[in-house]
Amino acid sequence: MDLHVFARRALREAALSAGTALWFMFLTFPIMVMKISPLDKTIQWRLNRMVWVGVSTFVLSLVWRYLMARRDRGGSREEGRSWQKRIGERIRSDRRLSVGLLAALGVLVLSFPMVFSTYQTSIMITALMYVMLGLGLNIVVGLAGLLDLGYVAFYAVGAYFYALMNHHFGLGFWVALPFAGLLAATFGVLLGFPVLRLRGDYLAIVTLGFGEIIRLILENWNEFSFGPSGIAGISRPGSFGMELTLDQHIVYLYYIMVALVCFTVFVVGRLRDSRIGRAWIALREDEIACQAMGIDKTKTKLMAFALGATWQGSSGVSWLPRPRSSTPRASPSWSRPSSCPSWSWGAWAPSWASSWARSSSSCCRNT
Amino acid sequence: MEYFLELFFGGLTRGSIYALIALGYTMVYGIIELINFAHGEIYMIGAFTALIVASALSLSGMSGWSLLALAGAVAVVYSAAYGYTLEKIAYKPLRNAPRLSPLISAIGMSIFLQNYVLLAQTSDFVSFPALIEEFPFMEDVTFMRSSELVIFVVTVVATALLTLFIKFTKTGKAMRAVAQDKTMAMLLGVNVNRVISVTFIIGSALAAIGGVLISSHIGQINFYIGFIAGIKAFTAAVLGGIGSIPGAVLGGMVLGWTESFATGYVSSDYEDVFAFGLLVFILIFRPAGILGRTTSEKV
Repeated sequence: MDLHVFARRALREAALSAGTALWFMFLTFPIMVMKISPLDKTIQWRLNRMVWVGVSTFVLSLVWRYLMARRDRGGSREEGRSWQKRIGERIRSDRRLSVGLLAALGVLVLSFPMVFSTYQTSIMITALMYVMLGLGLNIVVGLAGLLDLGYVAFYAVGAYFYALMNHHFGLGFWVALPFAGLLAATFGVLLGFPVLRLRGDYLAIVTLGFGEIIRLILENWNEFSFGPSGIAGISRPGSFGMELTLDQHIVYLYYIMVALVCFTVFVVGRLRDSRIGRAWIALREDEIACQAMGIDKTKTKLMAFALGATWQGSSGVSWLPRPRSSTPRASPSWSRPSSCPSWSWGAWAPSWASSWARSSSSCCRNT
Repeated sequence: MEYFLELFFGGLTRGSIYALIALGYTMVYGIIELINFAHGEIYMIGAFTALIVASALSLSGMSGWSLLALAGAVAVVYSAAYGYTLEKIAYKPLRNAPRLSPLISAIGMSIFLQNYVLLAQTSDFVSFPALIEEFPFMEDVTFMRSSELVIFVVTVVATALLTLFIKFTKTGKAMRAVAQDKTMAMLLGVNVNRVISVTFIIGSALAAIGGVLISSHIGQINFYIGFIAGIKAFTAAVLGGIGSIPGAVLGGMVLGWTESFATGYVSSDYEDVFAFGLLVFILIFRPAGILGRTTSEKV
């Protein structure tokens, strides 16, 4: 490129970025820079922050415009395969490679608690729980295309079922797991019925409201749910007569979660390829055309709600043994923000993608 | 009767604020069919900016109505700027993406803005100065506060101005055209991007007005107030029929009164439960909202 043209272009880009930086310095001025201390009635000026905002927006805006330009240019070469796709195809087409990779993954997963510390294992437990939650969500949002923002409610239903049953009747983990799933499924159908006719944004807001209602009830109905302080001292899953120390228990929980995730991946995969899974995908793509093909919309939608809720309920149960307490803050609202990014990555993708998104977003949060 | 009137005017105040926020939702939804989940955060940022500016100004000795006007004006300008930037960053690049992508982007922005204020300012509730002074002629009235009167009057004026703007100005006409058919409006020479920006700016400014007034009325704010207010205002917009401006105001009032009477006569713990219960009820029996029109759908 001609040096003159290049210099002019660089100057233009720098000017644009400088403009953006100035705009953001203006925008963040009161909230970032000024802080009023109410006691001694003084203003604290944190001017160094303004410099940081300016410098970082300058750089970010350069990167942003570069990426945007690349995206717009890349529109025409959409058909060209990206490297991720090429690797995926290579692995799938070569049987020896895929089996080898699977075996390596299996060894890595099984040996994880021996190689890494208890703390890292317990992070992995959280990650695996997110994977399970994400796979359940994938049924509702990804396959059936129903944007359900209140799924944390089912998670709370599962968690509270186990916590309350354990507190009052001493019900164990293994018994609670399927029953919590069933109960959550019932709640799923209960929520599903009124919202059958809604779609898209309306569905999103009603389910969000439903989630809030459940949280508020759990926070306020003290006689039932012990209010905001929650329920503590929930017993750990039975280990078939073995005596385990705390560290061993974490490892034990890790393996339980691995087994549950494998089971979930298997079931969700089979569901996706089944008759009902195809009906979900058809429903997501076009509701009216799908009905015209003779699919019972009511049944299909309720099925999606119920099955999605089952997994959310079960992951609610599987969360509890580690903190050993259940509070309304800790379960629903806490997990809401952290699970948002994972559906943006994983919601439309096959289930492995959502698992990956779950675990990575969870790792980012915990480390 | 006294208690009833108190609840009535309390509901009217809440309803006015919901209406002011709901107008932003309904306008944005009418034009780009997006639930702007970060709208509640714009309202919160408006309240915070007003708090900071008002505190700074009152340290330099200003007080009374001029303080309210100046702090409110700065808050409105800043909120409008935030709304404009928000649209440019989070929604404009996703104009042609699938329906759910901008919605998720909006939720992301909402969480981002909450945490931005949390980190840059504080996580505690901070007390907000009472910027609205008591009127001398309201001294004998026990069931209504001066700030409630101000909030109601401001809402009425703002809604009337907005209606006139949309009815009679050129930009308002362009907004209606874009809401009806974006492609056709573009073909006829309407600058769609500009219209969308103007919509965000107006909506954010209205939310900021609501934020400043209600914070001064209640007396405390924190970084999380935008979330619940946003959801409630969206509920109001849906109640009235999303996309319709009188609908947003009506929905806000209905929601405000429902909450106020339900908390006054039934239980104050379940305030939000009543709001969402009402929403679910309306959506089941009249999905298009009170003033909305049902449209048939084609393949």
